[in-house]
Amino acid sequence: MERIPILKFGDILLVTIQVDFHDRIALALQEDLTEKIVNLSAKGVLIDISALEMVDSFMGRVLGNIAKTSRLLDCYAVLVGMQPAIAITITELGVTLTGIHTALTAEAGIDLLNDMIKSKSNGKVHAKRQVAKWR
Amino acid sequence: MRSAVKMHAEDIGFSKLNQTKIVTTASELGRNVLEHGNGGRVMIEHIKELDRSGLRMIFQDEGPGIDNVEKALVDGYTSKCGLGLGLSGSKRLMDDFELVSQPNNGTTITVTKWT
Ligand SMILES: Nc1ncnc2c1ncn2[C@@H]1O[C@H](COP(=O)(O)OP(=O)(O)O)[C@@H](O)[C@H]1O
Ligand SMILES: [Mg+2]
Repeated sequence: MERIPILKFGDILLVTIQVDFHDRIALALQEDLTEKIVNLSAKGVLIDISALEMVDSFMGRVLGNIAKTSRLLDCYAVLVGMQPAIAITITELGVTLTGIHTALTAEAGIDLLNDMIKSKSNGKVHAKRQVAKWR
Repeated sequence: MRSAVKMHAEDIGFSKLNQTKIVTTASELGRNVLEHGNGGRVMIEHIKELDRSGLRMIFQDEGPGIDNVEKALVDGYTSKCGLGLGLSGSKRLMDDFELVSQPNNGTTITVTKWT
């Protein structure tokens, strides 16, 4: 079966969704990504949807699930390149995509991911220090 | 099916936004025909009236039908495990929406978007 390629770039996985994002490909992507996040200890996933000409409620759910699953695996997901017409259409459709981070361009998305990854590791150090102090 | 709908919508001269709304509706209602209606057919028509022109899509199946249409049209209602936005969302995305269904007698949904 056809699958969407997942590229690794440092701590980050890059996925470019092609025009033909059918149901089975979408579910396979969700599975492949989850596996790669764990196996490659990825800290971020960038999903580029600029080639997509529509997102329906099924795809919206898959994208939302990818973001949620990533979070459970200690990884952030950022969606980039959504066409304005799609943003308007899914809002009217009622798909909320709550909790999904977005950026307009791939570059801005990488910056956002790096910021989130960095501030998280800073936060950890900070928490440890605090624990030490409280003791 | 999606690309056929897209081609028609482009030919008729819909804006990018309306093309997106039409293709998204086609995807939602087409999925319902397969998922809930045991398969069926879709007709796409270019309609021309004196003062306006539009695209009409008819989704027809001989599946189980919908016993409570009002309930099925509520945002978030799903009898399986979908998001329950296909019917209610399509109604918002299109200009006209007509649903005819009887239990055990299939479902026909006709939607129209005007340019
Ligand atoms: N063609 C159909 N035949 C029978 N039932 C349908 C059909 N389309 C929709 N329904 C019913 O209406 C409900 C709502 O549909 P929809 O808004 O698309 O949500 P979803 O598909 O996510 O369940 C479905 O769960 C199903 O019970
Ligand atoms: Mg549906």
